[in-house]
Amino acid sequence: MSATTTSDRVLMEGSEALARAAIAAGCRFFAGYPMTPFTEVLEHLARLLPEVGGVCINAESELEAVGMAWGALATGARAATGSTGQGLSLMQESFSELTLAELPLVIFNMARGQQDYFQATRGGGHGDYRHIVLAPQDVREGVEHVQLAFHLADKWRNPVLIYGDYLLAHTQEAISIETVAFPELPKKDWAVDGSLSGSGRSRGVTSLGVSKVGEPAMGQEGKAQYIATKIPLMEREVRVEQGYCDDAETVVVAFGSPAKFVKYAIAQLREAGHRIGYVRPITLWPFPYAAVAAAAGGPNVRRVGSFELSAGQLVEDVRIGVGGQAPVTFIGGVSTDHSGFGVGRILDVELIADRILALHEDRELPLIPGYEQYSYQIQEHQK
Amino acid sequence: MSIIDTSSAPTVPARKVEALKPDLLLTQEHHMCPGCGEPLAVRQFLETIEELGVATRTIAVAGIGCYTSFSGSMDVDLVQALHGRAPSVATGVKRMLPDSLVFTLQGDGDMVNEGLQEVLHTAARGEKVTCILLNNGVFGETGGHMTATSVIGQRTKNSLDGRDAEYHGYPILIGDLIAQLQGASYVARGSVHNAGSVARTRKMFKRAFESQLRGEGFTFVEVLTMCPTGWFVPTADGPTYMQETLGEVHIMGELKAEGRVRTTEELHAENVAKQRELDEQIARGGIEK
Ligand SMILES: Cc1ncc(C[n+]2csc(CCOP(=O)(O)OP(=O)(O)O)c2C)c(N)n1
Ligand code: SF4
Ligand SMILES: [Mg+2]
Repeated sequence: MSATTTSDRVLMEGSEALARAAIAAGCRFFAGYPMTPFTEVLEHLARLLPEVGGVCINAESELEAVGMAWGALATGARAATGSTGQGLSLMQESFSELTLAELPLVIFNMARGQQDYFQATRGGGHGDYRHIVLAPQDVREGVEHVQLAFHLADKWRNPVLIYGDYLLAHTQEAISIETVAFPELPKKDWAVDGSLSGSGRSRGVTSLGVSKVGEPAMGQEGKAQYIATKIPLMEREVRVEQGYCDDAETVVVAFGSPAKFVKYAIAQLREAGHRIGYVRPITLWPFPYAAVAAAAGGPNVRRVGSFELSAGQLVEDVRIGVGGQAPVTFIGGVSTDHSGFGVGRILDVELIADRILALHEDRELPLIPGYEQYSYQIQEHQK
Repeated sequence: MSIIDTSSAPTVPARKVEALKPDLLLTQEHHMCPGCGEPLAVRQFLETIEELGVATRTIAVAGIGCYTSFSGSMDVDLVQALHGRAPSVATGVKRMLPDSLVFTLQGDGDMVNEGLQEVLHTAARGEKVTCILLNNGVFGETGGHMTATSVIGQRTKNSLDGRDAEYHGYPILIGDLIAQLQGASYVARGSVHNAGSVARTRKMFKRAFESQLRGEGFTFVEVLTMCPTGWFVPTADGPTYMQETLGEVHIMGELKAEGRVRTTEELHAENVAKQRELDEQIARGGIEK
C-alpha cells in the first residue's frame, strides 16, 4: 500500500472524509437509510456520488438499501451500504446470503459505541460466513481503511465492514484524501451485464450453489464447504498495532476510537514508569489472536485487560488469544451519552488511566460514576 | 375425419419437443408439477424478449418460489435474490446498467407477502424495471399455504375450511395498489388458464417491456398460474378451478395503460356488461352460443 497523490489538508468532518474516500476507491453506488450517527455518511454520498456519475439512493428501508447494493454489486460496480446497530440487524439475512453469493459489499457501520462487536464479528445472519472487519482509530486511518475495504472486498469477493462510531463520523480532522494504490485485481468476468444472455453461456450470480443447466453445480453443501475453506485463507488479512509490549507487565487490548484514548493513557503511565503495553486489533475479524498470544506470553506479563465500551464482547476474543497464559480482566463498561448516540462517560482519558492503573496494581477497579443506580438487583424469586 | 396422406413425406417435417422450446431456455426439461401454470408464463415472457430482439441486454432477478428452478435454465444473465427482495436488487442492477432490460420473477408469496413494501416503493420510485408476478394464490413451494392473494373461501394448508375474511383477512389486489402509484407506467393482469388468456398475457409482456425500454416508468405484469398441487385438485381441473376461484377476484385486464387507470372492480363491471350484451344477443338469436 502506498500513497500516490497528496492533496492539501483541509478540516473535514469524518463522515465526509469517509464518503470522499469511498469515491476515491471507485465506489459508484450507495444506498442507505438515515440513522444517527451514520446519517451524515449517507448525506455526503447523496451529494457527492452524482457529481462523479454515481448513484446514491435514499432507500425506503435498510432491507432495500442492502438489496439495492446487492444488485449494483452483481453488475461489477463497487457499491456499499451502511447503518447503525438496528439498521444492520435488519440487513443480516442479506449480509450472510450475499457472502455466499461472493458479492464484494462494503458496509459502513457507524456504531453507537462498541456494543455491536459481536454483530460485526459474529454476525446475526444464518450459516457459516465471515466478514472482514476494519476498525479505524481516527478519521485519517478511516480514509485509508475505506479504500482498503473496497480492495479487500474485491480481492476476496467477500463483504468488508468498517467499524466506526460517533467519533469517527462526527469529529473534524485536518486531513487530505490520499488515493491509496493497490495491486491490480482480476476482471469481474462473473458480473452480469446481459451481454451473454441467449448465448448459451449466460451468467448467474447466486448464493444457492446452483448453476446454469449444463454447468457443474456445487449444490448447497458444496457451496457451504467452498465458503468454509475460503474463511481460513482470508485470515491472512489480519492487521494489528502494538506498543510497549516487550517488557510489559500488563497488556491492554482495545480497538477503534477508544484505542486511541487507551494508547494516550498508556503513554502517560509509561512516563510515570509503569510497564504497561497495548495491542490494538485493526482487523476485528480476522482477530489478531497470534499477536495477543505473543504479547500475553511476554517474559514479564502478569495480566491482560480488555478495554471496550460494552458489557464485555471483545474480551472473549482476548481470552481466546491469551489462551490461559495470564488472567484476563474486562476493564471497560457500557458507555453512551444521554442521547444514546455518543460514546458516553467512560471515554475519558483520566478514567481510563485510573482503570488501567488499578488493573496494573492488582487493585479493585474504580467504580464508574453513576453506574450503581442502574445495577440490576436480584429479586426474591431469582435467588 | 380426415385421413393422413402417407403417399409422400409431409410438407411440414416432424419436430422434436426440444425444437419447440424458447431459444432463451437452455433445456426443455423442468422440475415443475404436471399442470403447473408457471412454465407457460415463463415461455411467454422469454419469447417476448426474443421477439423484441433485446436478449443481449436482458438481466433477470429471481425471487424464491417454485419458479426459482428456472434460474438455472433461463439463458439470461441472472441475479438470484432472497425471498421478497428482487425489486430492490433489480433497482441496483438497473441503476448501474440503465440501457438494459431488467425484470424480476416473483410469486405471490414472494412479492405480496414477504416483499410487499419492496415492490410498492420500486413502483413509486418509477424504477425502469418490469416486475413479473406469478400469482397462484398459494405458497406452492412450501406445500400449499395461504398467501396474501388467496381468495375468500380458498382452501389451503393453513386455511383448511377456506379463507375466512373474519379470521384470515382479505386478499390484496396488488395490481390495483401499484396502478395507483404515479411511478408506474404499465400495469396488467393476465392468466394462462386457456389459449386466449395466454395470447393476451403475451401482449401484456410486450407492452410492459416496450414501456420499460422507452424509459416510461415502472412496469408490472401479474399472471394467474395454475397450481394443482398446492390447491389439492386433480391436474386436469387446474384451469377451471382457477377461473372459478382466483379468476373471479383477480380479474384479467390492463389496470394502467397509456395513463389510464382502471380498477379491478371496473374490469369486473366491464366483463359483466360484455357478458350481458352477449347473453342478450344470444337471446335475440343474433349469435350462436
Ligand atoms: C425469508 C424466507 N422465508 C421463508 C422462506 C421459505 N419459502 C421458500 S419459497 C416460499 C413460498 C414461495 O411462494 P410464492 O412466491 O408464491 O411461489 P410459488 O412457490 O407459489 O411459485 C417460502 C415461504 C424463504 N425462502 N425465505
Ligand atoms: S407446487 Fe404449484 S407452483 Fe409449484 S411446481 Fe407444483 S404446481 Fe407449480
Ligand atoms: Mg405462489
